[in-house]
Amino acid sequence: MPSRERRPRVLAIASGGGHWIQLQRLRPAFAGADVTWASVDRGSAGDVAPDRFVRVPDCNRDRKLAVIRTALAVLWLLLRVRPDVVVTTGAAPGLLAIRLARLLRARTLFLDSVANAEEPSYSARLAMGHATAVWTQWPHLARDHGPSFHGAVL
Amino acid sequence: MILVSVGTQLPFDRLVHAVDRWAAERGRSDVLAQIGAGRPPSRVRWVRSLPPAEFRAQLANADLVVAHAGVGIALSALGAGKPLVIVPRRALLGEHRNEHQVATARRLAGWPGLRVCDDASELADALDRPPAAPPAGMLSCAAPEPLLASVRQFIEMGVAA
Repeated sequence: MPSRERRPRVLAIASGGGHWIQLQRLRPAFAGADVTWASVDRGSAGDVAPDRFVRVPDCNRDRKLAVIRTALAVLWLLLRVRPDVVVTTGAAPGLLAIRLARLLRARTLFLDSVANAEEPSYSARLAMGHATAVWTQWPHLARDHGPSFHGAVL
Repeated sequence: MILVSVGTQLPFDRLVHAVDRWAAERGRSDVLAQIGAGRPPSRVRWVRSLPPAEFRAQLANADLVVAHAGVGIALSALGAGKPLVIVPRRALLGEHRNEHQVATARRLAGWPGLRVCDDASELADALDRPPAAPPAGMLSCAAPEPLLASVRQFIEMGVAA
């Protein structure tokens, strides 16, 4: 096995509220990585200090201009961080990161929110076919050609 | 102090105004509600959105948290050792895009420190007789190990040697 020259660069990105809280619960999994966190509230930097934190503007699919603004911010972030891996718990900023990270050949993981218990979220469905992996937090939602289940944050 | 949160975006007037009516009936003035885009209550103190640091400070001061059935607020409140009363938003009543909060509430129901209410009268009862505080350390701040191991493995596979 060839020796590794550097730690993996990970971009962990989510919108606010429950998405951000679920993402933080993955923190021990990033222990060996060079991680950059991104979310929509400037005050969230304190949640992950002393790790690097970058604020990106939030958006949702109903406001096209905001989507473009977020996409540009996420693209700029990706170009600076050059992640090997992008991990997101949604929603819109994470989905945009997954779509754009393809340009950089990063591997991407979309972990759908535990709140989506009856069907995968709209964002998770949009991530299918773009993300390297889409995971649901509910075993009954796992499908052969759909999201897979690897556990939940709760 | 009772901290009410329905997030910072969608209105949830059914919850906010049920708490408001209860506070008026009981003469309680120690209530702070974060109401997002909703219609302001008449009696209780309210704010549309608290910055995260301010929210954490208010949460630390709270004796009871009343909230919509959001995963974020549930983890935050219980993780902070606060008793929590939740009311799921109903898509049927135009309170959200779909019924996922009902599913979240079903998943959380039965946790110590938490009570799920479906309507204003159940909520008034829960406010009169709030649940006991959740046991300390009930929620560690990390996801369970199987998920962490899977994420670690995913990251390892992604690194060029």
